[in-house]
Amino acid sequence: MRWLRHGIGWTWLALGYTFVFLPVVVLVLFSFTSRDVPLPPFEGPSLEWYQRIFDNDRMVDALVNSVVLAAVSSFVATVLGFLGAYGIARHRSRWEGVMRYVIMAPITVSYLIVGIGLLVTFHVMGVPKSLWAVGVGHVVINLPLCFSIILAGLGEHQRNLERAAQDLGASELAALLRVTVPVSLPSILAAYCLSFTLSWDEFIIAFLLTRFDVTLPVMLFELLRGGSSPELNAAGSVVFGISMSVVLIAAAVAMIGRRRA
Amino acid sequence: MSTPPSSSGYRFDLAKWATVPTLLWTALFFAAPLLFMLAVSTWKRGRGTLDPVWDLGNYEKIFSKSYLLQGLFNSLEVSLIVVVVSVLVAYPLAYMLAYRVPARWQKLLLVLLILPFWTSYLVRSYAWSVVLGDNGIVNSALLAIHIIEEPLQLNYRRGATVLGFVHFFAMLLTLTIYANLVQISPSYHRAAADLGASALQTFIRITLPLSLPGIMVGAFLTFVITMGDFITPQILGGAKELLLPQSIILQIQRAADIPMAAAMSVLLMLAVTIVYFAFSRWLRLSRM
Repeated sequence: MRWLRHGIGWTWLALGYTFVFLPVVVLVLFSFTSRDVPLPPFEGPSLEWYQRIFDNDRMVDALVNSVVLAAVSSFVATVLGFLGAYGIARHRSRWEGVMRYVIMAPITVSYLIVGIGLLVTFHVMGVPKSLWAVGVGHVVINLPLCFSIILAGLGEHQRNLERAAQDLGASELAALLRVTVPVSLPSILAAYCLSFTLSWDEFIIAFLLTRFDVTLPVMLFELLRGGSSPELNAAGSVVFGISMSVVLIAAAVAMIGRRRA
Repeated sequence: MSTPPSSSGYRFDLAKWATVPTLLWTALFFAAPLLFMLAVSTWKRGRGTLDPVWDLGNYEKIFSKSYLLQGLFNSLEVSLIVVVVSVLVAYPLAYMLAYRVPARWQKLLLVLLILPFWTSYLVRSYAWSVVLGDNGIVNSALLAIHIIEEPLQLNYRRGATVLGFVHFFAMLLTLTIYANLVQISPSYHRAAADLGASALQTFIRITLPLSLPGIMVGAFLTFVITMGDFITPQILGGAKELLLPQSIILQIQRAADIPMAAAMSVLLMLAVTIVYFAFSRWLRLSRM
């Protein structure tokens, strides 16, 4: 009985990992095919499809839009998340519970609802669809994550450093910029990177709030209407590659930060 | 950076005001738009403009036209199926990772588990549609070993949507359940065994109840995200059966009926809120 139970367990684990990896392996593998469909049997390898997406101006524009959107909206989300976390951690208030609840609230609502809310509001107010509108939405959805990651990194030992700085004559602002920010830099960067990867491949808000300056996911969605193509595999693999690089940077930064602490 | 003078006696309390911009952003761009959406859901689409009629006409229409209400029912059904299947797939995975896999391999396997999810969900759904297609890997493999003679129609049906969702949420639930399982002290298991419980009894009466919080947190997230996702059913499910997010997008794109889309979004939010309160015992938002 025991060996049977273990056998089933290990088989389940192997099947589970196969299931999880299957689509990603298929995606990346068939981006290198030399056939014009992303289907078996595999022939190649060839970089033809990567060549094709980087020759496509609209695709490159969408890629640039996505990167700029993610970089800017994550910066704003990280700054606001940091300010919120700093205020909560360093100022005793009987409203603390309420404030935390308000800041965290957007994560209980689907991206779709956040997007529709902004769409309706901007529509009635006459604000045109644009990348800026999408950026506003991305800050809303990423702010709670940045806030909670940075808050978790603002410990008591840092507070002592801040006090020491202030005792030595630094103003609160100087202590904030010269002590608090550098010391919590690992969690700030982790928040920024996570926020970047989420904003960078977010679809629905970008889909609802842009018209001409589309992002890469919206562009891919439009392409999908023409059916599957190795070009989509290649573009999808690029999206995956950029996300992975950002995650690896974040992990490396976190590891260096831990070693130093 | 120069130090601002602080000799004037008045000191600006930075920490006290630091939360203000953050709260303001959330109020302006999250809370206000949702309230506004609620207001607009009582308006009507006019000729090229919106009529603020302030009535429940849109809601009456949703509940009297079955094709509008059907989206909500489909979404509830699919979300429920996805939650149940994902828990059933994920629990044994989390259990194996927490109790059977040697400790030094656990971290590596967890990282590997998360890896595929840095592809965007749009790309993942697309990849599944390729895998499940008539000439895709699954059909090719089944044909090659002569289990089937004709390719199976796997795409563009509810099963494909569920599969796409389960793929993501099995990973998420494995993580939340794993995090819970490793916190359970092994002495509970030993005590149960000492008192004569069989392995199965120990699991049902000790491990399972203690891992319930992990299941609940994961199940709630699964439900919320599944209810609100447009892309997975759109790419994998085809157009025969619409889920609520698809109906909402259709109202915006085809009918250009923003008040109706707002009313349907309010219903979606309401459904999620009801479930949130049902789960609230296990979810402590203010502690996250």
